[in-house]
Amino acid sequence: MTVGVSQYLTVAAILFTIGAVGLLIRRNVLVMFMCVELMLNAVNLTFVTFARALDDVGGQVAVFFVLVVAAAEVVVGLGIIVAIFRRRAGATADDLHILKG
Amino acid sequence: MHLLAAATPVDAITFVIASAIVLLSALGVVLARNPIHSALMLVLTLFGVAVLFVAQQANFLAAVQVIVYAGAIVVLFLFVIMLLGVDRTESIAVEPLRAQRPLVAIVVLVGMAEFALLSRSNHWVTGQPAASGSVRAVTQGNPPASDVTVLARSIFTRYLLPFEATSILLVIAVVGAVTLARKSERRPTEEEVTK
Repeated sequence: MTVGVSQYLTVAAILFTIGAVGLLIRRNVLVMFMCVELMLNAVNLTFVTFARALDDVGGQVAVFFVLVVAAAEVVVGLGIIVAIFRRRAGATADDLHILKG
Repeated sequence: MHLLAAATPVDAITFVIASAIVLLSALGVVLARNPIHSALMLVLTLFGVAVLFVAQQANFLAAVQVIVYAGAIVVLFLFVIMLLGVDRTESIAVEPLRAQRPLVAIVVLVGMAEFALLSRSNHWVTGQPAASGSVRAVTQGNPPASDVTVLARSIFTRYLLPFEATSILLVIAVVGAVTLARKSERRPTEEEVTK
């Protein structure tokens, strides 16, 4: 078996799908958050693969920025989750439909 | 293609093992009942992705992946889980959004069929190579360059403005997290909210 670009991209695509499906089928806000991280990692893997295939380090730079944004996103998201938990028990996303304007 | 020529049996074995770890533990993240198990499976997934990074000459990013993601972000997740005591089970029986499950099943099937079709093609790569630094110089350069050098040269020249913008983003995130997580002294009255 030879390992080319398409194998890596396929793994990244399946990883992204698993993350997306998890985001849709889980109700626990924290697990949904982890599924977002899975999708971000799938995209990172795609970036690194294309960086190697195109011989351009710009893809790796993009991964660098995705890491920074992911860290910021997790901090703010977990802050929101803590704030919600302080008001009400339970971390089920569907319970938060009262948030709609 | 040069990539296929460079592939050795070791590359193939590494790829197969690492992708098996990635995909199985990603399934574990989604399927685990306990959020703590999900978080630990997430660590395993991130580690597998780091191995796939190393296999593609992104050594620095693999290190950052393990240190920042597995080291900091997942620990933050675990902190929140332990602090809040999220061990209650999800109520899957209640279905506020009808037809969401069949919809998900259709999306998954179509997506997987698409991936199966796309993976038959090997013509992914087009365009101008090496606009912002060569990755190939890491392994085939003369003398071989460090991937940190190549990455840093690109970040601090071509991508300097986005790099500076991330510092603003981090400051905003810190301020936002402190504001959100701080315990408010008193609840705002209805009047103040509507104002």
